[in-house]
Amino acid sequence: MARSTDQRRQRHQWLVHLVLLVLSAAFLFPLVWLVSTALKPIEETMRQPPTIIPSSFQWHNFRDAFVYGSDKLGYIPFLVYGRNTLLLCILGVAGVVVSNSLVAYAFARLKWPGRDILFAATLATMMIPFPVLMVPIYGFWRSLGWIGTFKPLWVPAWFGNAFSIFLLRQFFRTIPFELSEAARIDGCSEWGIFRQVVLPLAKPALAVVALFHFMYTWRDFLGPLIYLMDQRTFTLSLGLQFYQSQHGGTQWHLLMAASTIVVAPVIVLFFFTQRQFIQGIAVTGIKG
Amino acid sequence: MRSQTRTALLFASPWFIGFSLFLAYPVVASLYYSMCDYSVLRPPVWVGMHNFRNLMKDEVFWISLKNTAIYAGMALPLGMATAIALALLLNTKVRGMTIYRTIFFLPSLVPTIPLAVLWLWVFNGEHGILNEVLRRVGLPAPNWLSDTAWSKPALALMALWGAGNAMVIYLAGLQDVPTEMYEAAELDGAGWWARTRNVTLPFLSPVILFNGIMGIIGTLQVFAEPYVMFPGGSPARSTYFYTMYLFDNAFIYHKMGYACAMGWIMFLIILVLTLVALRVSEKHVHYQGG
Repeated sequence: MARSTDQRRQRHQWLVHLVLLVLSAAFLFPLVWLVSTALKPIEETMRQPPTIIPSSFQWHNFRDAFVYGSDKLGYIPFLVYGRNTLLLCILGVAGVVVSNSLVAYAFARLKWPGRDILFAATLATMMIPFPVLMVPIYGFWRSLGWIGTFKPLWVPAWFGNAFSIFLLRQFFRTIPFELSEAARIDGCSEWGIFRQVVLPLAKPALAVVALFHFMYTWRDFLGPLIYLMDQRTFTLSLGLQFYQSQHGGTQWHLLMAASTIVVAPVIVLFFFTQRQFIQGIAVTGIKG
Repeated sequence: MRSQTRTALLFASPWFIGFSLFLAYPVVASLYYSMCDYSVLRPPVWVGMHNFRNLMKDEVFWISLKNTAIYAGMALPLGMATAIALALLLNTKVRGMTIYRTIFFLPSLVPTIPLAVLWLWVFNGEHGILNEVLRRVGLPAPNWLSDTAWSKPALALMALWGAGNAMVIYLAGLQDVPTEMYEAAELDGAGWWARTRNVTLPFLSPVILFNGIMGIIGTLQVFAEPYVMFPGGSPARSTYFYTMYLFDNAFIYHKMGYACAMGWIMFLIILVLTLVALRVSEKHVHYQGG
């Protein structure tokens, strides 16, 4: 009796593996195709039947797609776009970590009038779609003369955002309050408790917030599309879209090479921070 | 205690500025602009409900709304079902679960624009790999990018590839299902499907509801993918979605007041759909210990 259930379970396991393998192939294939095309000579991209492993690896496709002023692409300075994107990511991530840890500390570990109402309002704002806010925010930056600069894309990060405040607040509250009390009795200031007690324990949560904002800035398209005018200030996403709209449908090998270089850093980052990533995403859903 | 209030306000001060400047002010201002003729270049002029009345008569508005509804009707249920199915499969204590999880999750990391560019190539009518595969197995190979019947399914299919993100949320939710419940069900002779239907899905329902609502909000704002893949909502405006028309009104036609009115209608639609989802779920959502 027990034996037959075991056998059934084993057969069942094989079936699950088979389904998972087929699905894995389907999910991985577009990525394989991306890199494969990126390495092909242009004639091979159109060859029938298509080849998955390029007959010869054209590593120079990456250089051709990226070097400023390569004759094949015209003047698409992807290297400059990469620098711009990285700059925005660094300024934004720094702002998000600094501002939200301060604000979340006030929400999680201090008592003040109006705290709970403002927190409820903060959560409620996560429902408001960006297109509702887009026009007045654009008008605001315009009145400061900041359209065409990077500032609208990173300055707001220094003033907190609902999602990060929520995530950090939840985490800060799990840190034992006795630790703060003990530090207070020892004559530690609130700033001292924040810096020396809470922040060191909150590193995993801060990493998640930093990671998410990096990803957000790296993939953001609507923001750069609205605020950036001069080609030299474009980000990778905007630059890639611009290039695609100018030369799309012909040089697929170079387009895929450029796309690969936009995708690769994110994948690499994921492999180094897998745990934080998966946990961070899981948290976003569970509290709903 | 007074000094703690002062310290707290100091800590929270970035958010006082952020909340007022980037949320409270824009909400109020956009409501005001939605009742104005406003082009950013000149000061707004009050026109009352004029923008809303015009929208009701605007054929393109209705086309974009209909396109968005049809697309959401395809992408949302399909995406949720796929994500739940993947999570359930991975939750069978199968060996190598973390590797499979990584594989399914990876595509959702691909940023929007390279995603759209890659799928333009995959969907390519002549040399696209998808049609090559379809032809090989004897299925029809549609013109994904230029046939009005296939442009929306193409976008929905592409969105499916990103189901890994929701899958991770469902998987986390599945860890909360108490194992005793499974064991009890198994002792009662319940098969896999019966256990899934009567134990797993009820426990997962709050997460499903959350993902559903976030999905509605996200799908109504779909913009960048069609913007890249189907310029101007081609073919024949079949992919001209709500947010694209809103964007064009704001930044191409400089009808900022009109765009704000569209934004508020979108917000109302989201509110109503969310309330409906909550109401419907009252019967079906099971909160633990609640």
